[in-house]
Amino acid sequence: MGKKITIEPVTRVEGHGKVTININDKGEVEQSRLHIVEFRGFERFVQGRPYWEAPVLVQRLCGICPVSHHLASAKAIDVIVGAGTGTGLTPAGEKMRRLMHYGQIFQSHSLHFFHLAAPDLLFGYDSDPALRNVIGIAMANKELAVQAVLMRKFGQEIIKATAGKKIHGTGAIPGGINKNLSVAERDSFLKAADPNNADYMVKWAQGALDFFKGYYKKNKDFIDNFSYFPSNHMSLVRKDGALDLYHGVLRAVDADGRKVLHDVDYQDYLKYIREEVKSWSYMKFPYMMSMGKEKGWYRVGPLARLNTADFIPSPIAQKEFEEYKSLTGKVNNRCMHTHWARLIETIHAAEMIRDLLNDSDLQSDNLVTSGTRQARGVGVIEAPRGTLFHEYSVNNNDQITECNMIVSTTNNNEPMNRAVNFVAKAMMNGKKEITEGMMNAVEVAIRAYDPCLSCATHAYGQMPLEITLIDPNGMILDKKAK
Amino acid sequence: MKILIYGFGNPGRQDDGLGIFFAEELEAWAAGEKLEGLTFDSNYQLNAEDALMLKENDIVIFSDAAAKQEEPYKFRQIQAGDKISFSTHSMSPESLLAFCWEMYSKKPLTFIMSIKAKEWDINGELTNEARANMNMALEFIKPMLKTPYLFTTPNN
Repeated sequence: MGKKITIEPVTRVEGHGKVTININDKGEVEQSRLHIVEFRGFERFVQGRPYWEAPVLVQRLCGICPVSHHLASAKAIDVIVGAGTGTGLTPAGEKMRRLMHYGQIFQSHSLHFFHLAAPDLLFGYDSDPALRNVIGIAMANKELAVQAVLMRKFGQEIIKATAGKKIHGTGAIPGGINKNLSVAERDSFLKAADPNNADYMVKWAQGALDFFKGYYKKNKDFIDNFSYFPSNHMSLVRKDGALDLYHGVLRAVDADGRKVLHDVDYQDYLKYIREEVKSWSYMKFPYMMSMGKEKGWYRVGPLARLNTADFIPSPIAQKEFEEYKSLTGKVNNRCMHTHWARLIETIHAAEMIRDLLNDSDLQSDNLVTSGTRQARGVGVIEAPRGTLFHEYSVNNNDQITECNMIVSTTNNNEPMNRAVNFVAKAMMNGKKEITEGMMNAVEVAIRAYDPCLSCATHAYGQMPLEITLIDPNGMILDKKAK
Repeated sequence: MKILIYGFGNPGRQDDGLGIFFAEELEAWAAGEKLEGLTFDSNYQLNAEDALMLKENDIVIFSDAAAKQEEPYKFRQIQAGDKISFSTHSMSPESLLAFCWEMYSKKPLTFIMSIKAKEWDINGELTNEARANMNMALEFIKPMLKTPYLFTTPNN
């Protein structure tokens, strides 16, 4: 008898998704799918609202990466107010936004490493889930846990100083920013006693990468081969090919490193990217039109960014990038190397924060610019999880008439499905029930992409993970929760 | 006695903001009453860095929206380590308390005020039902904040 296995994570913040694995009568995995309920109502919600409200309104979408939505929206609205497509802001306007963005990257990447990756690395992927978390880290390695707390706090404080507050920040406004960074604020980050300063954050970010590399030396086979499959990779890059998480042109390379999207202006993204609708999923499947639906899907995020970028414009991260490239080749399709790439980006973010804090432009009062009003604008940013698109059209009454977003997790929809399929085939063939190891493996494969399921409705008391076994007639064969 | 009231949720998702609105309303009331020793904060979700605030307080009250709850509000003490599973981008109050204990050997008397929610749409306004539930929760907690020793009585 064939049966369907459902793994249904219901998380507090990220909405919910589930994995279904269809097994045939021989016990072989026939098909596996990751179902994510993507919230699409927002695009209708903003219709009719004044365009200048958008950068604040969009933060209602998600409590995980509100800064990314805030900035992508602000960049799109910049175009509408005639402030240019990412490079027309005043130096203070652009640099304050960059500082906010790198603060977000730093705290988000730190969260992922210390809370999601490090417990797996420290205790092993098959260890007791009760230990495989940040509390387990605190019990086993207090120094790592201290770093987790203070790196997160540092990033959060950068966001607060630039966005104005922790919830629904207002820092980025059409054409610029609404505040500069005071000398006192700057010094609180640069001159605070160790370890609460920018220099120490760079050092700790290096330590986190060293921790990963130590694990990699002992577990090379697993890190290299778990959920490994070829794909295209897409991200923004600076015009000279540098890694740039705030602004640039769109570049994609294929699984062999050949450019397949040639540094194009993201204002024209609809010429290059389409979203496919599949009947079994609420979430769309983006692809590059030039390669078609079957071959045009791509990965976004840290792994993709280090495949598209030619170099990293900060010295310590660049040195690590060179070592990473020398070991992984021209293009890297190894899923678990996403952790490695993410930690190199964490160092880069810390270096950028330190350098920006030392830039006197942040104390300028010249915060906003404007120009000739436009009817449409696109804003793209490299969010922690990958490329994030916002597009708005407005009418003569300054009301938003159309809105489209492609969030990072949507861009990674097909790769995450491939990752789940890889794990299911590797671990479930011939198995008749869900094991803890299988659940862990699915989690590990999905976690590498750090998905943020954008329907952020949530409440106290929900279960984090539920597994249901269903036969072809809809009968529940087994149900597990943790 | 130092007391922290910490609301969490997304105030842009209608009743999901109950915990935050609760903390904000309480802060405004406490200012009028000139109560001392109270700290208020809020965020989208709880995370490890919040342990830094927990360790500085004798009593912590988390407030949040509740999806699966019959009562308009429920106020109960929580223990560290009740829920230590963690696989997402946030921590539960119980796991945060456990983390605080592991890190700083501090375990403030910690409660959660869960308030029954109704709608989770993209909207900054609470539903009337949720607001009524929140008002009941506020009326319950206000006398206790004026007389903090009540938090240590057995019924809590």
